[in-house]
Amino acid sequence: MTQFNSFHLLYLVDAAKWTILLSLIAFAGGAVLGMALALSRLSQWRALRWLAIGYIQIVQGTPLLILLFLAYFGLGILGAKLEPVVAAGLALTLYTGAFLGEIWRGCIQSVPRTQWEASDCLGLDRLQQYVWVILPQATRIAIPPTVGFMVQVVKNTSLASIIGFIELARAGQIVNNSTFQPFLVFVCVGAIYFALCYPLSVTSRYLERKLHVAR
Amino acid sequence: MNYDFDFEFLADRWPDFLAGAWLTIQLTVVAIVLGFALGTLCAVLRVYGHPLLRRLVGGYVEIIRNTPLLVQIFIVYFGIATLGLKLSAETSAIIALVINVGAYTTEIMRAGIESIPRTQIEAADCLGLKRLQVILHIVLLPAMERVYPALSSQFVLLMLASSITSQISAEELTAVANLIQSDTYRSFEVYIVVAIVYLALSFLYRIAFWLIGGLLFVRRRRLGTAL
Repeated sequence: MTQFNSFHLLYLVDAAKWTILLSLIAFAGGAVLGMALALSRLSQWRALRWLAIGYIQIVQGTPLLILLFLAYFGLGILGAKLEPVVAAGLALTLYTGAFLGEIWRGCIQSVPRTQWEASDCLGLDRLQQYVWVILPQATRIAIPPTVGFMVQVVKNTSLASIIGFIELARAGQIVNNSTFQPFLVFVCVGAIYFALCYPLSVTSRYLERKLHVAR
Repeated sequence: MNYDFDFEFLADRWPDFLAGAWLTIQLTVVAIVLGFALGTLCAVLRVYGHPLLRRLVGGYVEIIRNTPLLVQIFIVYFGIATLGLKLSAETSAIIALVINVGAYTTEIMRAGIESIPRTQIEAADCLGLKRLQVILHIVLLPAMERVYPALSSQFVLLMLASSITSQISAEELTAVANLIQSDTYRSFEVYIVVAIVYLALSFLYRIAFWLIGGLLFVRRRRLGTAL
């Protein structure tokens, strides 16, 4: 049995880069899906709206852990090799997309109605309205809550440890198995997560004040 | 893809799923009640407390909100064991969930408390109400009414997040699923069933919070709207 030492700490810090990578995958995938969901929710086609609502309700009503297991074992059934990083990336993308979709829908809806009307009068079609009038304004509103939500994404990646992907939380368990100093090890793991998340929280709050989105 | 779905395990394992769901409900209801009490107390301290106390509560909220629940659960579970206390997995799970949801409740209730107009408190002072009376009757209940939607969705999220306590072998719904899938090798089907049970639970919780809101907030019940 070895004592917890600087080598272990370095191992944890090194594992944090997988946490960051997984967060980026989840965020990138979730952003694409979220945008599609937000626009579908506001679509003129009823079927598309209901499809998006159904998806969001199901994903937000299921624990991320269960989604991870479904992705992990589901991909296995499809014959894909069980790569934890693929399953984790897929589940986190599906989950992040549902939440970003709702956040962004709210942001798009909070652009004043008169902007739609004015661009209608100018003869823009729906795509042009989105691209030139609505989305630029919605983006400004969306930045603070999106940065705030990234904190959730980073924290959620810790669940990937449960299906065996070696990121920060899993690295903590590995170190703990060799040192048997769980309290110390997991406080260090927590501190590294805090170091990743806290700057995002502070930035989100700062942007909220600076962009001053209250109408 | 050639895969035959087989839900046969449900025939003799459904009581296990029910037992797991029941433990999930018990765990989360206790955690929500205690966490709400803790969070409300912290929110009052955060707004009206001694500056040092305010800092302390602020630190607690930031630390909890910026670290994963999984790590918090491990720290509580193993930390208590390190102190030499022997607690069951379920008790440790409840403690971790209470600490977690308490921090979120603090933030939500603080927003509610700060939204109460100063004039309300001044009017109550003029009527000669004591500080505690003002906080209880003039501030807390209306504050809670305003943030009730945010509170209830936070509590539903907590119920879903309680699935993580399966990792310290609390025998709730997800742990039951893990057990059954390792017996039957029907992992995909088992987790589909569990996902449906969780969906039903979150639906149930939302209805329950809607009913509680109706009972608690007379104004909302009579007028049909919030303040």
